[in-house]
Amino acid sequence: MNTMRCSMVFLALAILFCAAVVWNIRTGTVKISFGEIVRIIFTADKSDLPANNILWKIRLPRLLTAAVLGGALSLSGFLLQTFFRNPIAGPFVLGISSGAKMFLAIVTIALAGVFPTMPLSVTVIAAFLGSMLSMLLVLAFSGKIRNMSMLLVIGIMISYICSAVTDFLINFAKEADIVNLTHWSMGSFSGAGWTNLKAATLIVLPTLAAVFFLSKPISAYALGEGYAQSLGVNIRLFRVLLIAASSILSACVTAFAGPISFVGIAVPHICRILLRTQKPILMIPASFLCGAVFCMFCDLIARTMFSPTELSIGTVTSAVGAPIVIWLMISRRIKREE
Amino acid sequence: MKSEWYFSTDALCVGYNGRALISEITLGLRRGEILTLIGPNGSGKSTILKTISRHLAKIAGTVVLDGRDLHALSGRELATRMAVVLTERVRPELMSCGELVASGRYPYTNSFGRLTERDREIVRGALRRVHAEELYDRDFSEISDGQRQRILLARAIAQEPEIIVLDEPTSFLDIKHKIELLEILRDMAKKQRITVVMSLHEIDLASKISDKIVCVKGDRIAAYGTPDEIFTDERIRALYDIEHGAYNAALGCVELSRPAGEAEVFVIGGAGYGIPFCRALQKAAVPFAAGILWENDVEFPVASALAAEVVSVPAFAPAGEEAVARAKAIIGRVGRVIDCGCPVGEFNRVNGELLRCAGAKRTTEAGV
Repeated sequence: MNTMRCSMVFLALAILFCAAVVWNIRTGTVKISFGEIVRIIFTADKSDLPANNILWKIRLPRLLTAAVLGGALSLSGFLLQTFFRNPIAGPFVLGISSGAKMFLAIVTIALAGVFPTMPLSVTVIAAFLGSMLSMLLVLAFSGKIRNMSMLLVIGIMISYICSAVTDFLINFAKEADIVNLTHWSMGSFSGAGWTNLKAATLIVLPTLAAVFFLSKPISAYALGEGYAQSLGVNIRLFRVLLIAASSILSACVTAFAGPISFVGIAVPHICRILLRTQKPILMIPASFLCGAVFCMFCDLIARTMFSPTELSIGTVTSAVGAPIVIWLMISRRIKREE
Repeated sequence: MKSEWYFSTDALCVGYNGRALISEITLGLRRGEILTLIGPNGSGKSTILKTISRHLAKIAGTVVLDGRDLHALSGRELATRMAVVLTERVRPELMSCGELVASGRYPYTNSFGRLTERDREIVRGALRRVHAEELYDRDFSEISDGQRQRILLARAIAQEPEIIVLDEPTSFLDIKHKIELLEILRDMAKKQRITVVMSLHEIDLASKISDKIVCVKGDRIAAYGTPDEIFTDERIRALYDIEHGAYNAALGCVELSRPAGEAEVFVIGGAGYGIPFCRALQKAAVPFAAGILWENDVEFPVASALAAEVVSVPAFAPAGEEAVARAKAIIGRVGRVIDCGCPVGEFNRVNGELLRCAGAKRTTEAGV
């Protein structure tokens, strides 16, 4: 029965994935019909027609980027929730995006004289480094503090400190110098091209594969560190690998798409409820797939709802994700107290 | 040379953050023996157990498991030999009992944790062992504390260990489940020769299940030996600093402290008839005297723990003039007697005499 349920969930996610792909390509100021999509993709028609260009150069890379990064974000959330044994742990709660933003602000202002307009590669590298640095800081504290909730609080505090530094820098910066920063911090999949997609995929997919190999110790970790250790898990190594994987994933997303909130918290919860299991071997692919579908639909909303004005992706994921999280927390509570 | 011990420690020193809490712990266990750590709260029982299970780094000394240094074993190797049941409350979400028990197979499964048919058979066997087969599909968070403890034990059994370390496995359990759990452990120890090291709060149960006892108190272990050597009234009183109340080693029972003051009533019982009266008087905080009791009477330990005065006679000896005179003197002083209804026969006819003599003052306030 459980196997049946899981198969159904994965089937449904696969169907939703396809639906999201088709819907995303069709919708926009220029409509592309379903038949045309199939024709263009399967004949690999790259001739210079408007529909072809829109599909190959704009919509397809954008939606694939949303899929890869959405999956990465949700998987990162799953790993952090496992590690912190706390349902609200997520990459952005722990200050990753604020760290990235602070670092980006410093780099932007420092290099304002060097580059007239900030190259994308520099933005990406700066945001990535910032994310990793703030995560390392949280990790440094985790060695000293055994209580995971306290660690979560420290993460949140670090995030406030980073925001304060960023705001301070912005106060003294010239408007023109920080255009790029403002743009980045809106968070968006727009402008995603094949180069970015390739780079992101090269980071995300190997990490996903590595996480699969961690699924066995993650399952042992479900009963707590004490039991995991008594089963032969090398706890210290495991902690480092888990945090490294989730940091790389969320840093990658932050670097390419800016801060995107709530995907990391909401999606793993949705998966848990759908699958009714905690087994990492199922949760890892489900989180990834569900995150991809979630972000593709959110991106669809972001670019079409108030078209031609585009919303930032974070606006949509928060608006959709936050109520889900609240609902989940309340229903969990009720279940506990029953 | 292989020592006679399967598991032993030599001058082991345990503590936190490099600071020694208890040192020079030296003990040895053969396969299938049960060692129980007893001692007051906070005495360091858990610290010792955590060091033995390698959850805490040792400070000094050695631990030897089957002729090899425990701290030189790889994590996986130790996992196939030693299983643990910890005190920390686990609350995994969305995990069935079957899945939880299956996690004990971790050291044996492939790199993705796939369970083979043999693994499943072992999991089912472990559940059968703790009489919890019907819980296989139940969610772990929805079962009772007693059931949870059994499932955690099944998890340890599924790990197929040679030694199992349990930290207060009986806390949170009612008496039925305590007995059940300890019986499972004794079975494992005696039938499968699995060595058991655990801590218990219930000294009465500890004396009944253990082959060896360690009393933990202070910076050394206070005593180590077989239950017969350890369970003397004085040693237990000293271990737990019992100033009021009593512990009876022979019966393994605990009495609360006796009511303070001069006896106000004389209890004439025997053969256990007087026990409910003694307890009732203790609860009502009425000091009392009791007699005449033979020292081999089941009532004697209770009365001597609770009564202000006991008129007693050595086992199997006739009650002499002196005892009768003492009893009469007390009755004369307190003026009230409780007849517990013990039949008067050939050997305790002196009690009948006491009752007759107290006849005038006799009260029958049975409920006190």
